[in-house]
Amino acid sequence: MAAAATLLDKIWSSHAILVRPDGATLLHIDRHFVHDGSGNAFRVLKEKGLAVRRPDRTFATPDHYVPTLSHDLASIDEPYRRGVVEDLEANATAAGMTLFGLSDRRQGIVHVVGPEQGLSQPGMIMVCGDSHTATHGALGALAFGVGASEVGHVLATQALWQSKPKNMRIVVDGTLGPGVHAKDVILAIIARIGTAGGAGHVIEYAGSTIRALGIEGRLTICNMSIEAGARAGMVAPDDTTFAYLHGRPYAPKGADWDKAHAYWGSLRSDADAQFDREVRLDAAGIAPMVTWGTSPEAAAPITGRVPDPASAPDAARRDAMERALAYMGLRPGMPLVDIAIDRVFIGSCTNGRIEDLRAAAKVLDGRRAVIPAMAVPGSGLVKAQAEAEGLDAIFKRAGFEWRQAGCSMCVGMNGDLVAPGERCASTSNRNFVGRQGKGARTHLVSPAMAAAAAIAGKLTDVRQFLTRP
Amino acid sequence: MEPFARLDAIAAPIGVPNFDTDQIIPARFLWRKRRDGWGHLLFHDLRFDDAGAPKPEFVLNRAAYRDARILVADRNFGCGSSREHAVWALYDYGIRAVLAPSFADIFFNNSFQNGLLPVVLPAERVAALRAMLEQSPGSHVAVDLEAQTASGPDGAVDRFEIDPFRKECLLAGTDDISFTLGHRERIAAFEKAYEAKVRWL
Repeated sequence: MAAAATLLDKIWSSHAILVRPDGATLLHIDRHFVHDGSGNAFRVLKEKGLAVRRPDRTFATPDHYVPTLSHDLASIDEPYRRGVVEDLEANATAAGMTLFGLSDRRQGIVHVVGPEQGLSQPGMIMVCGDSHTATHGALGALAFGVGASEVGHVLATQALWQSKPKNMRIVVDGTLGPGVHAKDVILAIIARIGTAGGAGHVIEYAGSTIRALGIEGRLTICNMSIEAGARAGMVAPDDTTFAYLHGRPYAPKGADWDKAHAYWGSLRSDADAQFDREVRLDAAGIAPMVTWGTSPEAAAPITGRVPDPASAPDAARRDAMERALAYMGLRPGMPLVDIAIDRVFIGSCTNGRIEDLRAAAKVLDGRRAVIPAMAVPGSGLVKAQAEAEGLDAIFKRAGFEWRQAGCSMCVGMNGDLVAPGERCASTSNRNFVGRQGKGARTHLVSPAMAAAAAIAGKLTDVRQFLTRP
Repeated sequence: MEPFARLDAIAAPIGVPNFDTDQIIPARFLWRKRRDGWGHLLFHDLRFDDAGAPKPEFVLNRAAYRDARILVADRNFGCGSSREHAVWALYDYGIRAVLAPSFADIFFNNSFQNGLLPVVLPAERVAALRAMLEQSPGSHVAVDLEAQTASGPDGAVDRFEIDPFRKECLLAGTDDISFTLGHRERIAAFEKAYEAKVRWL
């Protein structure tokens, strides 16, 4: 009988083409996504005179540089931004890969498009030249981000050399309180284990709380595995996964579905499988979260206060905290709900899906934002779905700008920037110094909390907006 | 890729934990091509003020550290975005090795693809090295990849661990793609068997 194996072990061994005596493994890659930041990898291939080995396994969509006011290519004023989008479309077309181009309604953030199209499936190994590739693990895949050289390697060989990461399991049990969402769960996890807490590991999320989440909430959690330092995050596939995938454009059909379904059902960690590290959280103890610093681990319940560097456990941490508070313009000890906000961004591969827009719209319905705010759907199809449900009207009545799909203000590469010194409540994934623009101050929150901040003009506990007068 | 053997060079201390790739190279520069050159953009917003003038207090702007080819950093160096541009910026500036208690996984892998050696040493030793470099600006650190050793200005020598495959590639300056293409037939055979099993892909 085979030794007890984790989900990671099973996926890993089924994709091993070659294993060197030192453990380095050449892995087969099922799906490869490229985007408008992948130009340098295509150039590597051209310089070597190599073709894309498996265009049928490679899917392209522009996301980082695309404008959100209009998806007309000619509307991109900056020639370099227009150039990278044009390059991607030309490279994808020349290689014969599937392209969800700027004018295609299926275009969007690559980590929203993959699951939405049914391209991300249980048991796969998926890569993309973007750290948030971890997102796709929500479907039970091993999905991780790689750099430009490794993108080039996968384009040329459909394989990648990797050393096997360790197994980590994070178990969240219990029922989430009202106003508490997947984003709060992952921020609570990162606050607990730290931004390097998952380094060298793949995290499998388990427990009744994770099981009760829909795929979209699981996508949010797996997405930020990288902010916990892990290479990937994953959730074992279950009936929720199968129901989500069934009928999607690239999901298996007919007899293939039955075969796939039978195989997917075997993809779970054995009951006696060993994890190198295990962490447990109680869902009932998680409140709506916000970040106060310049690392995602600097997160606290909205009911809390800005921490005092004087209480830091050592000098290095005190220095880091002092630097963060100086950049963020915050006073130690001030209540988090006293932090005034200048702008709100709802979107990104973390929180740009339909469930996210619904959660924000529920809070915004019949209320008005008192500060500039924008909602950027994660894909053209998310946008269409939201509009079919009338969510766009709720956002617009609340004073939000309703934009076209793209990465937008999460990283600002398309020009959607937070101004220097401005403070943004953002549903994105990174609050690094300068992430949303030079001098920009980011507070990471859930879509519901972002909506609450827009209404109040400050960080606010969304739970006060859950009941209506 | 340029092979890495040994290096004895000025080292600069960067004592900030969780130093993310947005600090190494801000996102607004990423549209540029690899061959455009990246050294002048390294640590851009820490190194230069809004007018583009060097900030005198930043470590690489101090004369003694300007020619550093080694960085001694803190835990979780290179976290965040997968941008390989962070490694290109370090490499093009002249940095060939980074010593730290830990690295973020993707940055770590990207380093090897470009001839930049990431060296993991115990946190106490890295902190001691940084203190020495701060006390005696311009002093050297030596890294020997073949012997897997790093020695500080105090003469103490530490052994470091490294994945044998990565070591081999770095010593030879071998490019992963050429190496893998040597296994073309194995890849094709694997794909055939795999796709017979997972037909729905």
